[in-house]
Amino acid sequence: MFIKEIINAITAPYFLITAAAILLLVSLKYPDRFYTSKSGGIVFACMFAFLGISMLDPNFRLIVTKPDNVPIVGMLFLVPFFTWFALREAVRNDQRIAEGKPLVEQEETADKVLTWPDLVYTELICMVVLTVVLIGWSMALQAPLEEPANPSSSPNPSKAPWYFLGLQEMLVYFDPWLAGVVFPGLIIVGLMAIPYIDTNPKGNGYFTLRERRWEITTFLFGFLILWILLVILGTFLRGPNWNFFGPYEFWDIHKLEALVNVNLSEYIWVKGLPWLGYNGGLPQNAFLREIFGFIVVLGYFLLIPPFLAKKWFKGFYPTLGPVRFHVMTFLLLAMAALPIKMVLRWLFNLKYIIGIPEYFFNI
Amino acid sequence: MANFTDRLKEIFKALSPAKVGEYIQESQIYRSVFRVGVPDSDRKRMLVMLGSVFLHLHPVKVRKSGIRMRYTWCMGGITFFLFLSLTFTGLLLMFYYRPTLEYAYVDIRDLREQVPLGIMREIHRWGAHAMVIAVWLHMYRVFMTGSYKPPREFNWNVGVILLVLTLLLSFTGYLLPWDQLAIWAITVGSNMARATPFAGHEGPGSALMKLGDIAFVNNQSDARFALLGGRFVGEAALLRFYVLHCVGLPLVAGFLMAIHFWRIRRDGGISGPL
Ligand code: HEM
Repeated sequence: MFIKEIINAITAPYFLITAAAILLLVSLKYPDRFYTSKSGGIVFACMFAFLGISMLDPNFRLIVTKPDNVPIVGMLFLVPFFTWFALREAVRNDQRIAEGKPLVEQEETADKVLTWPDLVYTELICMVVLTVVLIGWSMALQAPLEEPANPSSSPNPSKAPWYFLGLQEMLVYFDPWLAGVVFPGLIIVGLMAIPYIDTNPKGNGYFTLRERRWEITTFLFGFLILWILLVILGTFLRGPNWNFFGPYEFWDIHKLEALVNVNLSEYIWVKGLPWLGYNGGLPQNAFLREIFGFIVVLGYFLLIPPFLAKKWFKGFYPTLGPVRFHVMTFLLLAMAALPIKMVLRWLFNLKYIIGIPEYFFNI
Repeated sequence: MANFTDRLKEIFKALSPAKVGEYIQESQIYRSVFRVGVPDSDRKRMLVMLGSVFLHLHPVKVRKSGIRMRYTWCMGGITFFLFLSLTFTGLLLMFYYRPTLEYAYVDIRDLREQVPLGIMREIHRWGAHAMVIAVWLHMYRVFMTGSYKPPREFNWNVGVILLVLTLLLSFTGYLLPWDQLAIWAITVGSNMARATPFAGHEGPGSALMKLGDIAFVNNQSDARFALLGGRFVGEAALLRFYVLHCVGLPLVAGFLMAIHFWRIRRDGGISGPL
């Protein structure tokens, strides 16, 4: 069917990720148009309709109703819901600030209430509802148990547990030492660094967007696009051999994707320099061969921060001081490396910026 | 005869629910357990919060804005409740499960086929998925309300460690059913450790870790080997993951949760505009 073909095509990673990123940034630019009760209602109605109608498709149903994928379908609704909810609250508060009225939260901060009954009863109701949901869910859906473990026959695709699929998806763009070790490490370090880097005293204890636009945009980009979206992509849209499959596509083991990725060194030594009359091909020495890659990577991490300090982040530098500033820019650059590498891959089939497989040192 | 019906009526009157309730509440047993009695006055409502070990996690009074569902989404509480449910169902599962190559899979299969009313495994598995989602959403809320800002920086950090522990708990548990899904997911996940810089035998820099001819980092001595207790996901890995899953990680997580909750109060309760 025609519509299915279109949806299969536009869920391709390059399109999906780009579109989601643009949508997020635009919606944060014009929050009072995007995060209203009405727009929320429309979006969620569309999402439910999409899910309901798509369930008629056998390939879609197969992947969505896999027992372990059911919670991720739930997450597919919960994360956008809470995004919308938090930003709608933020929009309301921002309007109140503009009008000089007290914040939603402020109206009740002075009120102290007794924990029993106000809080204890809310908690009790939460627990009862959650217990009912868990028991109902458990009776409706049996936990999966596949064939006994067999170390000599690996299933295709072999997927990590679902919450690590964002990392597995990164493996498309980076080698394991980065995608599986360095980036997870930096995510943890980066999260821990947030309270020490963010010196903006505003927006502590209430929802707001206008007072924290820059922090919220960065965090949402990382959390929603580079984490949640990649988990969803890895779960629903990656099939055998980690090939991309649209939501209505059959997971064909024999689907072939042409892999013609090229290293930066080849681009330069083999395709670029001949224009200048050099025809020696790739140099023998690995470090000489990769010299341009080293320049790019070192330049990225060493030259951009001072440039930012002088130009775009001129306002930040004095308030943050050198240590905070450089930690922050390093973390931001590391985070931006993923979308940058993605775009380079999509546009130029770039494989490695630095490629020294002899030492497993590929970037 | 009339005498007898009168007696019956008297007994019934004495057994009316209100009377029975009163009787129970005045009994020495009840009073020894619940010191304060039914919290029907503000004084008693405060005393009850101080007197109970379960409730004293909370302060006696809270700011109204801080306990709104609209503000906290109740996500921290939901995460904690899921953790408790998982501890309970996990304990029941331990009655049936033996972490050896011979028994692991059949124990899980028997649990499904032989144990009456067996939804403990389901609650445990779905609860675990839900806990991962809940902890993400909790972090999301804390970020969106800016609650990591001073004085709560440290508690945010405790939270990040709890987040990592939650993922590790889930990861170690994933292996235990010992089916195809389990070992291959863990194989894919733990293969990453092979590429650890310097410490994995396929990681950059590992070739430098040698003295003369002796390489320190090879496939029998690298980070992956330490994680799995072998060169592949086998019996040693199963035992390691089992011990971590059932004892090590929950203990650490429980300990950190205590700190987390304590700090919420020390940092001035749930955040709010001041
Ligand atoms: C096992 C995991 C966790 C449990 C059981 C837990 C539990 C809780 C609970 C019950 C609260 C009270 C308020 C609320 O419900 O929102 C809370 C607050 C808080 N949590 Fe967590 N949490 C966990 C993980 C995290 C993570 C991953 C973070 C952040 C990275 C975090 C940071 C905080 C902070 C900063 C507060 C104070 C919020 C405020 O004052 O508004 N926690 N936590």
